[in-house]
Amino acid sequence: MNATDHFSLFGLPQAFAIDPQVLETAWKRVATAVHPDRFASGSAAEKRVALQWSTRANEAWRVLKDPLSRARYLCELGGVDLQTETNTAMAPAFLMQQMEWHESLDELMAHPNQPAYQALAQEFDAARVEFVQTLTDLFANNQFEQAAARVREWMFLDKLIAQLKQTHGVIADL
Amino acid sequence: MALLQISEPGESPAPHQRRLAVGIDLGTTHSLVAAVRSSVPEVLPDEQGRMLVPSAVYFEAADRAVVGVDALAYQGAHPLDTLVSIKRFMGRSHAEAAASDVPYVFIPDGQSLKIQTNHALVSPVEVAARILDKLKFLAEGTLGDSLVGAVITVPAYFDDAQRQATRDAARLAGLNVLRLLNEPTAAAIAYGLDHSSEGVYAVYDLGGGTFDLSLLRLTRGVFEVIATGGDTRLGGDDFDALIVAYFTRTLCLNDLSPASRRAMLSAARVLREGLTDQADFTVKVILGSTTLALSLTRQVFETMASGLIERTLDCARRALKDASLSIKDIKGVVMVGGATRMPIVRQSVGAFFGSEPLTDLNPDEVVALGAALQANLLAGNRNPGEDWLLLDVTPLTLGLETMGGLVEHIIPRNSTIPVARAQEFTTFKDGQTALAVHVVQGERDLVADCRSLARFELRGFPPMVAGSAKIRVTFQVDADGLLSVTARELGSGVEASVTVKPSYGLSDEEVARMLTEGLKQADYDAQMRMLKEQQVDAQQLIESVRAALANDADLLSAADQTRIAQQLQITLETANGDDVEKIRLAIKALADATDDFAAKRMDRSIRAALTGKSLDSL
Repeated sequence: MNATDHFSLFGLPQAFAIDPQVLETAWKRVATAVHPDRFASGSAAEKRVALQWSTRANEAWRVLKDPLSRARYLCELGGVDLQTETNTAMAPAFLMQQMEWHESLDELMAHPNQPAYQALAQEFDAARVEFVQTLTDLFANNQFEQAAARVREWMFLDKLIAQLKQTHGVIADL
Repeated sequence: MALLQISEPGESPAPHQRRLAVGIDLGTTHSLVAAVRSSVPEVLPDEQGRMLVPSAVYFEAADRAVVGVDALAYQGAHPLDTLVSIKRFMGRSHAEAAASDVPYVFIPDGQSLKIQTNHALVSPVEVAARILDKLKFLAEGTLGDSLVGAVITVPAYFDDAQRQATRDAARLAGLNVLRLLNEPTAAAIAYGLDHSSEGVYAVYDLGGGTFDLSLLRLTRGVFEVIATGGDTRLGGDDFDALIVAYFTRTLCLNDLSPASRRAMLSAARVLREGLTDQADFTVKVILGSTTLALSLTRQVFETMASGLIERTLDCARRALKDASLSIKDIKGVVMVGGATRMPIVRQSVGAFFGSEPLTDLNPDEVVALGAALQANLLAGNRNPGEDWLLLDVTPLTLGLETMGGLVEHIIPRNSTIPVARAQEFTTFKDGQTALAVHVVQGERDLVADCRSLARFELRGFPPMVAGSAKIRVTFQVDADGLLSVTARELGSGVEASVTVKPSYGLSDEEVARMLTEGLKQADYDAQMRMLKEQQVDAQQLIESVRAALANDADLLSAADQTRIAQQLQITLETANGDDVEKIRLAIKALADATDDFAAKRMDRSIRAALTGKSLDSL
């Protein structure tokens, strides 16, 4: 166990840009090789080790498959602490943007309607795509400090997206 | 069992030796056992050629029980001694059972329950073990040898306590459980969906007492349960209860005795099954001294059934939502369970998913057949090209109680298992030296709305200022979906853990006691067989340890090598004797002595396998 990171467990290079299909295939290959079912009639020790490896493969898959958590993990590997608890400093422009989004979301919750929901959903999606593009470049150039700042912003956006999704049920019932 | 043999993953150490393993569908109304014979899975019939063993147990004396069809014969005269639908009470609390619509006398037993019959006080686990014992006996008789293990199916929606209860029942029946398998997954295997093109399939399983809806994604021979939904208290029995309620209302049948009620329920089932092929049906029922003719048209029945069917479709909607999928993403629907024979069910499901459901295999047998295929695979009888893997998910969210009766979610539902997740907690009061850990299961935010799985205490860490202790709580769910929880104070290293089962399961001591009691009655032949088995096990272990030492001795220190060599010699000498217990202990001692070595070899073997494969894929 230990020593290697999630990427090398799957035989993949440490990179943010990753084909989801390739990642899934890699995970399934490892998961298949180490699954406890392969050792169902084996000894207790064999089952235990298979369980550990299998758990690890699934954890790696969970962390890598989601782009945001993959970005956070890459920052960690790059030696940058995201300091999510303490570091709330943010670029003024993003701060303004975030406040606007909050207002739109509050407005939508007060007056649920389909067009406003769609508009905000599209806006969030565009912002998310932009983060993915920016981070692809930053990670490719090993600019982990700058990447960490974007990741922190993305985490705020992610919370807003979750809140927006919660309003979806209300709007679908309209 | 050979304890140190390392072979290629998934391959039997002795490929030419066929290892007998069976699949068991432990059902609410009936149970089946199936095995792969000549490469084809088939249900094993009983002495009279019947495939379905009714899940019924009649207790005729404190230690004597009749199982199956013969038990049902007693149902009319002894309704309180003839236990049916026992699966509904596996891993359930007294309060839950008492709220159900059956005539039994339930007695609280800790967080679990027992059933008081006229001759015996039994737990649901013991009753299920009687059924499993019967199936094991039947299988060994038909296959002509003892079994290396069994795959037992459970509803995908079964929670931890229910899974643990099922596992305990199997242990009690002397079965080695290779795997608990979700019923819908077994059905998909039986339909050979692993050979079909890839996609997401829905499995609609309406059995006697449970409803499950699972979404399975199939990719290159990998089965992955991506979402499960269902209702552990909805099944064919409920349709029968509706029919009974209809007649008690229209015919003003108040205060039915337990025997009359059973008679009505049996008649309702006959009536419902009759309506599968006919537009109207009549059945006679004897209640005490009067005989009634109950008539029903399919149309009236379908009107009353629509509410229950709508409930099943609601589960389907929720599962789709959980998986972020819509109906058009579903490639096909597999129908499982006798209740899916009802035309209204097939029509409604077909209309909902917009495709004709798969109904080619007998819906009563399909789960057992799939389990048999999986058992055969797990026992190492793999045919070339036959290689699939089941990736399961946790059915419900697992969490901990925190301040104010709130739940902190640790492992979200639908996480791929095996999975482990840790979270850190701290102390609430100055000088606190203990922490109570309460493990719960469920989606809700309040502890009161979730199912309590286990409680334990972490004691004896040094007193500190409030908020400065660091207590890491780790949840580990294994491939069977069973949970163990460990709490560790990081500063002092004080640790406590629990495998979730104390609320419902049997302790190892209880199982050991029950097994010993069973053995006392065993005859001389059985004892001789046990001696032989132990000697063979000892011999296999000795050989595999020798082989392991020859290949991987570099993993051991000189001291460890000496220690293992000594234990090897002791085991060799003991195995030549005829003391079963001594041989058993020697095997255990040798296995214990080589456990760490085995783990290291396994680790090395996996590393080698992974490296080799990643090179292949480059």
